[in-house]
Amino acid sequence: MKRFETPTFERETGNYHTSRPISRVARSYQKIEDSPSLVVGTKTCGYFLQNAPGATVPAEPRYAMAEPEEGDTPAKPNDYGESKRPCPRVIGNRDPSATARTGTRTTEVIKMDLEGMAPKPESEIGVPIVVARANGPDHAFAQGEDTASAATAHRCAERDLVDKRDQPLQSPPSQGAEPSEPVTVPSANRETNPPPVPLGSLPPTVAPQSNPEPKRQSVRVWGWLPAQSYTALPPLGAGVYVCGANPFPSRTATTPMRRRKRRLIGAPSPTGPDGTRAWIEKICPASGVRTQGSKERERQVREGSKDYLDSVRGKPVFFAGDNPLEVSLARSPIRRGTVVYEIGIPYMDKRHQAAEPAPSRDTCKDVRIPVPRIVEKPDNYDQIQRMRESRPDLAITGMANANPSEARGIDTKRSVESTFAQIHGFTNARGVLQSVTRSLRRNDPGDSGWAANLVKGDNNPMQ
Amino acid sequence: MKPAHRMHAGPAHIGTPRIASSSKNAHATTHAPLGDDYSNVMRPMLERDRDFTPVTASTVDRHVLARGSQEEVVENTTRKGKEERPDSITPTPTCTSSILQEDLQHFVRGASITSDSDAIPADVNHYRVDESQAADGTSEQAIRHHPNKARRQGTLGRSPVNVPSANTIGTPTLGSHNQHDCRELKRSLRGIGIGINQIVPEGALIGNPHNPPKARFNPVPHREVGLMAAVYSDEEFGTPCISTTPAGIVETAEWIRQTQERVGKRSPASLEEKVDHELYIDQQTRSVSQAARSPRSIDRQNSVGKRAVVFGDATHATAMTKVPSREMGIRVCRAGTYCKHDAEWSNEQARGFCDEIPVTDDHTEVGDTIGRVEPPAISGTQMERHVGKRLDIPRGVTPSPVHIQNFPSGYRPFPGYEGTNQIADSVYNPHTLGTEDHLPDIFGGHDIEGVTESLPTEQDSLIRNPESQLKPSQIPRSVRGKTKVKTEESARRNGITNITIEVIYAAREILGTR
Repeated sequence: MKRFETPTFERETGNYHTSRPISRVARSYQKIEDSPSLVVGTKTCGYFLQNAPGATVPAEPRYAMAEPEEGDTPAKPNDYGESKRPCPRVIGNRDPSATARTGTRTTEVIKMDLEGMAPKPESEIGVPIVVARANGPDHAFAQGEDTASAATAHRCAERDLVDKRDQPLQSPPSQGAEPSEPVTVPSANRETNPPPVPLGSLPPTVAPQSNPEPKRQSVRVWGWLPAQSYTALPPLGAGVYVCGANPFPSRTATTPMRRRKRRLIGAPSPTGPDGTRAWIEKICPASGVRTQGSKERERQVREGSKDYLDSVRGKPVFFAGDNPLEVSLARSPIRRGTVVYEIGIPYMDKRHQAAEPAPSRDTCKDVRIPVPRIVEKPDNYDQIQRMRESRPDLAITGMANANPSEARGIDTKRSVESTFAQIHGFTNARGVLQSVTRSLRRNDPGDSGWAANLVKGDNNPMQ
Repeated sequence: MKPAHRMHAGPAHIGTPRIASSSKNAHATTHAPLGDDYSNVMRPMLERDRDFTPVTASTVDRHVLARGSQEEVVENTTRKGKEERPDSITPTPTCTSSILQEDLQHFVRGASITSDSDAIPADVNHYRVDESQAADGTSEQAIRHHPNKARRQGTLGRSPVNVPSANTIGTPTLGSHNQHDCRELKRSLRGIGIGINQIVPEGALIGNPHNPPKARFNPVPHREVGLMAAVYSDEEFGTPCISTTPAGIVETAEWIRQTQERVGKRSPASLEEKVDHELYIDQQTRSVSQAARSPRSIDRQNSVGKRAVVFGDATHATAMTKVPSREMGIRVCRAGTYCKHDAEWSNEQARGFCDEIPVTDDHTEVGDTIGRVEPPAISGTQMERHVGKRLDIPRGVTPSPVHIQNFPSGYRPFPGYEGTNQIADSVYNPHTLGTEDHLPDIFGGHDIEGVTESLPTEQDSLIRNPESQLKPSQIPRSVRGKTKVKTEESARRNGITNITIEVIYAAREILGTR
């Protein structure tokens, strides 16, 4: 039997369930606090947004819809007047530093020139308008955030760091609540490189959390893209390194690379102890710092979550795939000895995620389990058939398939949680495990299925 | 272009799958871009359904935008026909296919050649109808399609069966309390000796297509979905329809009297005996329904004359206006609906039971109205619940749009005599209780201070780094207290005296505070 094969990439019909990319846009503008978003789309988009970000809607969301009516659909591609009308409502009394316009597939079909329409009201209202096209035909789920961040990347200030090498480095722009303390960079490091800019919108509670990690290595982070507020966007000067903090911002990564000639650090995303370690170890050399004690730190964290680790060891898991986090999420469970049957993923930018499959392959060798197959653009119907055959202990899948799978005896974990939960850095490694193992733990006492336990009554799990 | 961000009724292509997914062995395919199949999420999540929702997307991607979907819709329909073997497939247009102007009819004709299943293209236009109108239209299409097919095959049964029976029309999935409503309707009919011929949608898209005309009448409990089908049935087969919603004691009695009359209308001469339900109505009102008794009980007196604002779909808003004002002595000061297409009917119904009737689908307008009126209680949808939360006004939720807590596991119908009990509860529960209402007035309010405050923490040697004091504001409020306790616990255990951010994070790593 051939034991260690290379990962097989497959591609199916793309008929899978996922969230619309505008949902991530809604989220990424939740992160950029001072930029309300105007989604130009139909009732379908609106209904989705109010159902998907659910509870966030009542808390006065930072988005609004401009809903094309029947009269608007015959293309009036430069419909400046019409698109200006909802503007005051979005801006309201919020005094934003920027507004975002989000295109949907409707604007795509009627070929509304969103980018062309933006400059005029921009100069009239005096507030920058960032245009992101996050439409269903082109993107899936988290890719929406990617397009939004890419659009914001164009707005980052230009500041040349290399030329000012003689002068002491300015302290990085303050990051939300992260106080810009005087940074003590050893003088030996100053000549090397300016600090990196991580890409990817992380929850405000997490972004500063990952900062202590590089800080521990005396690497400062220049700023995050997107930042907590539009005014705090990091300047992308020459010599700045960018580095993905999520696996999906490939477009955001290419923007500074192609347009700004910045360099990208290819690293796996910092999820799980091993991912975080690899991330740090990639970032440090780029800044000319030697990594210290990251191995030890990884071991500590792994030790700290031993109880959860044991509960996933040897368990077969199936990733149905609906947000591009799957490959990096699967890497950590594999490291813990979980047998992953299949990793579905909406799309795979092999160049941007080059650092990802490699750890998977290496990890599989390390823990002696078969390499999972990676299915790009999966077909949910076929996946359900495969799940039926392979009967995994845990399926990580979208909400459309979760309850029906549970009813068929397969424990599930909702995949969206991983995009909204705090999964980055050493600090959250235990949290990820806790969340993943929750459905396994629920069923643990007496493993004969819930109905049998409850109906017979002789198998009291409390005993 | 219209500015909006919350809407009461969903888009049309949610309505059609609601009908298809209510029926056994029916399937809907939506011609939609990736991510638009979220009716697939709503049904298993809200209804906790055990089965996969029979809705598939025939994905519109960049290639389709460029060259049209060509064979894609046909292929998908045929594929679903093979995989699921449904009796009928309903290809559904979305807003995208509306503006792509593709001839769905043509695709469907193509698909029905290659597929064994009946293909019925949903005749809905995204830009003209909303969710409930689309559901209404689709159920009419279903009831039109199948009997017509049966007629062509000569299998259509026309004469009503001897035992009086009825088709209930409406109550599809994803409606607020719809399953309970359907069951209560069955019970109510059985109580007066009427059987169920067919439940539409549930059996009507399939099975015995020659069945619907056999019923004596068609009760439609919610006028949003089902009325069109019932009217068609009346015109085509002469089956009379009852559009009264049996909500509240008065309307339920009225509904029973109507059934009596409708049964008489179509019954064969030999069976024509004198049926009188008055005794039944009296008995039910006195002993089964508690709703007649409870407003008369002394503890409900403090609710009399209290004001309320009601908002919802036409059916529920009307019922929640009439029942409290007519049966409980509550003053409904605003009774609004978002069903603009049915505004005339709701106006007519609610007139005389409330002060003003706003018709709007703009949630901010509803919120403003509530803010102006400042009622002691609100009855509305989820959105009005949020308004109530913001303004600190007690609220109850009955009509759609609703969230998961309005798909209760317990039996909570809206119509019928059991329904009267549920309505009474939902009207009274938001009100504060009698003594609770009076006593704080006398004693100057509730004494909450000091009760919820935790024990004073001992002044210890822990130094809290000012930086770490900033952090709690970034921790979600719900776990902030727990995080603080656990951090300090772990600091003491590890002999740390200076609490920095790193200590907080380290505690989280170990204790998994979330």
